[in-house]
Amino acid sequence: MSSAISESLRDEPNSQAMLSAQNLFCERDERVLFSELNFALDKGQVLQVQGSNGSGKTTLMRILCGLNDSYEGSIYWHGEKIERQTESFFASLLYIGHRAGVSKVLTPIENLRWSCSLKQQIDDEQILSALAEVGLRGFEESPCYTLSAGQQQRVSLARLLASPAQLWVLDEPFTTLDRTGVALLEKMLQTQAASGGAVLVTTHHKLDIPALNILSLG
Amino acid sequence: MTIEQSTIKQTTMAAAFIATLKRDLLISFKKKNDVVNPFMFFVIVVSLFPIGISPDSDRLSEIAAGVIWISVLLASMLSMDNLYRSDYEDGSLEQLLLSPHPLFFMVLAKNLSHWLVSGLPVVLISPLLAYMLNLPQAAYFTLICSLLIGTPIMSLVGSIAVALTVGLGSRGLILAVITLPMSVPVLIFGTLSVQASLNNTSPAGYLALMLAMLAVAVSLAPLASATALRISVN
Repeated sequence: MSSAISESLRDEPNSQAMLSAQNLFCERDERVLFSELNFALDKGQVLQVQGSNGSGKTTLMRILCGLNDSYEGSIYWHGEKIERQTESFFASLLYIGHRAGVSKVLTPIENLRWSCSLKQQIDDEQILSALAEVGLRGFEESPCYTLSAGQQQRVSLARLLASPAQLWVLDEPFTTLDRTGVALLEKMLQTQAASGGAVLVTTHHKLDIPALNILSLG
Repeated sequence: MTIEQSTIKQTTMAAAFIATLKRDLLISFKKKNDVVNPFMFFVIVVSLFPIGISPDSDRLSEIAAGVIWISVLLASMLSMDNLYRSDYEDGSLEQLLLSPHPLFFMVLAKNLSHWLVSGLPVVLISPLLAYMLNLPQAAYFTLICSLLIGTPIMSLVGSIAVALTVGLGSRGLILAVITLPMSVPVLIFGTLSVQASLNNTSPAGYLALMLAMLAVAVSLAPLASATALRISVN
């Protein structure tokens, strides 16, 4: 079995990369979103996925996270197919989609207590300091339906700070943020890259990050 | 600080299970409507029967078991809808699907929490309603036992249908169309067990069959729900 795997690794050019995709093909409603898509994301890198509306950015993100399986091609995590190691892949992945994953009836701290503890052990102090860092000091105990859309987005960004995930997959994380929020998130992306993590992000926003790579769709 | 796999203190499956259970109970506690409505529905439906059929105690005691069981079934249908819907809408469901732990147990945690807030209260109030319907005393214990076994089966089976339909915009009756036929065996054995105690025979056989159904439901239904959720989110 090990020889078979090393054989396939030798054929695989990006076996050392953290996340890589080979010959990705996706079709929706008889319209080809992308075909022969190849990329590799190594640690320390930020990859921005660009493309016009409807070019399949969100679909690509969901495919890479394992939420969508209507694709052809292969996705590798540390050189091995993700289907073979979903558990360790999910443990080191943090995904923030269009929908923030924040329950409106719960308070920010209750939301984070649950969503963080799906992946790692966490105590309230870590959560509180993450919430303070994203500018939600004083809102920890207010139900999320009383918060604005931008503040709810900040709650889900606090997950990034509270979690040591290696790979961040962020789908349009800048949309509802104000200017200070944008600056904060850019700084977070840089810190993540500098500390050996990797980020995959879709946005129309012009990112001011040194380690930035761009993938254009459509 | 560099990110090392070893510095991540991963949660155990049990911790994630408990966190999910706690969160769902907390949400139910905060959205009291979702909890109280099915319960009130159950009480009201059962109280309508004496008014609609006859206040005659002999006739009521004949239909008591069936009335209670059917009302439980309808009340559970009413409460099923909010099992995954709000999670689907706010994106929490995606986070749940991306948990490194088996989705089977996460779904089981959600089902357990759902039963605790919707099934258990109904079981607890049922003796009072049975008294109202003049159910003979000999059958009380069997009724409670059969409901205690039957309501979690309904939660588990209903969860499959909700998971299948959570992505649909308007689903109307489809939930009932999927769930009710699957709940019929529970209804049959539930009422039969109560009838058996009324006829002074042992209900143990029926209850054992229901326990077997519960065992099958606990071990297989979350698996089906988990797969259905993955399809719905896809």
